[in-house]
Amino acid sequence: MERQKGEAPPVLELEALCFAYPDGRKVLAKVDFRLDAGEKAGLMGYNGSGKTTFLRCVMGLLKPASGVVRVFGRRMETAEDWRDARRRMGFLFQDSDDQLFSPTVLEDVAFGPLNLGQSPAQARAVSLRVLKELGLEGYEDRITYKLSGGEKRLVALATILAMEPRVLLLDEPTNGLHPSVTDHLVSILNGLDVAFLAVSHHMEFLRRVACRFYEMKDGRLAVLNS
Amino acid sequence: MIREAFAVGDSVFHDADPRLKVLFAALYSMVVALSREFLPLAAALACSVLMVFLARLDGGEVFRRSLPVNGFVALLWLVVPLTFQGEVLARWGPLELSRAGVVLSAQITLKANGILLALAALASTSSVASLGHALDRLRVPPKIVHLLLLTYRYVFVMEQEYLRLATAMKVRCFRPSTNRHTYRSYAYLVGMLFVRAAARGDRVHQAMVCRGFDGKFHSLRDLAFSRRDRWTAVAMVALLAVLAGLEWHGRMAG
Repeated sequence: MERQKGEAPPVLELEALCFAYPDGRKVLAKVDFRLDAGEKAGLMGYNGSGKTTFLRCVMGLLKPASGVVRVFGRRMETAEDWRDARRRMGFLFQDSDDQLFSPTVLEDVAFGPLNLGQSPAQARAVSLRVLKELGLEGYEDRITYKLSGGEKRLVALATILAMEPRVLLLDEPTNGLHPSVTDHLVSILNGLDVAFLAVSHHMEFLRRVACRFYEMKDGRLAVLNS
Repeated sequence: MIREAFAVGDSVFHDADPRLKVLFAALYSMVVALSREFLPLAAALACSVLMVFLARLDGGEVFRRSLPVNGFVALLWLVVPLTFQGEVLARWGPLELSRAGVVLSAQITLKANGILLALAALASTSSVASLGHALDRLRVPPKIVHLLLLTYRYVFVMEQEYLRLATAMKVRCFRPSTNRHTYRSYAYLVGMLFVRAAARGDRVHQAMVCRGFDGKFHSLRDLAFSRRDRWTAVAMVALLAVLAGLEWHGRMAG
């Protein structure tokens, strides 16, 4: 795909990304990837294929051995670059217990907006709106650890949507969810006007939310024919 | 684990500003702990019982919670009066019951129960979450506050991890007894919990960094100090003054 002049830069662009663990085990081998504004992509891969490592490199949580990461057209080099880029990137963790650390739902959802510099009143308003949009009205004062698995996943999604990101990275978003919660998640994702990359080993789920498909196998990324 | 059985309810103390309760609980504990005279100590214990009633706590549950402390107090009664030097009240063979020891044990009993019951009425009528916010507002160092809140949040996750591991051992027919195999297996269990806690800590931190965390916590809540809180505060200060006054008067007279 050749990009026309004057078009918005891709939200994510990776060139020849390589990553190896300190013990020498290679996880990512020359991965190229690109996600355009508003594009919805699905990445399929089984356990140990390197998907999670890939996402962590894209979020700047792991430092690749070599290769280039560009976010919103800007090349990521320093920790400062990453801190800035992450303000507009949302990462849904595989285990929602990792993501929800505040005692109550409202505080957790408001954590991101407050970090972005919003006033408590603004952060509260944004959080309540996002909770409402996700069908979680009335959950504000619920205690996070007492939520069910499906509720935790939706609240975790709310915590990143409240930051109004321009790109979402979803690590196994349907893992362990009841089919009805998966359906709810699908309708939420289909209603979003944000570029995202969903990673899963369920091809059926990816087909319901994405329009471009990739597969990761032994640290290599291949385009799948849809 | 932590059940917070008293945190939800309808009473003066449940409605009161948690900052006020934390502050009063700290000062009250200090006054009681420093008192030596029996009049203020007995008065404090009576006030504490009254507070438990005002908080409308379940008496049986309060009693159960006081058992560990009073077990320790009972142990003191067994040892202290017999080992203290001084005026002898009674003598059985080689055992001597000292007056100073009895006085000390009685003081400790009154203090321990007075403080425990007051904390049941004051601190446990707030959720850990709102106590954390109260401490934050009272300018307790943020690191301590977040240690409290994060511990509270993840202690349940750790408990689940522990239960999963314990179940995994049980389904493979592990039966604890007094031998090396048991000790080693428990050591592995504890070691695995530490490893998992560390890994969990890393992931939680990463998730926070992804949401723009830069080491500073911002609080969402504004605590409101109501008119009723003001009257409660006045009553609390008056009570502290009376207790301290009784103590001072007793010491002057004595």
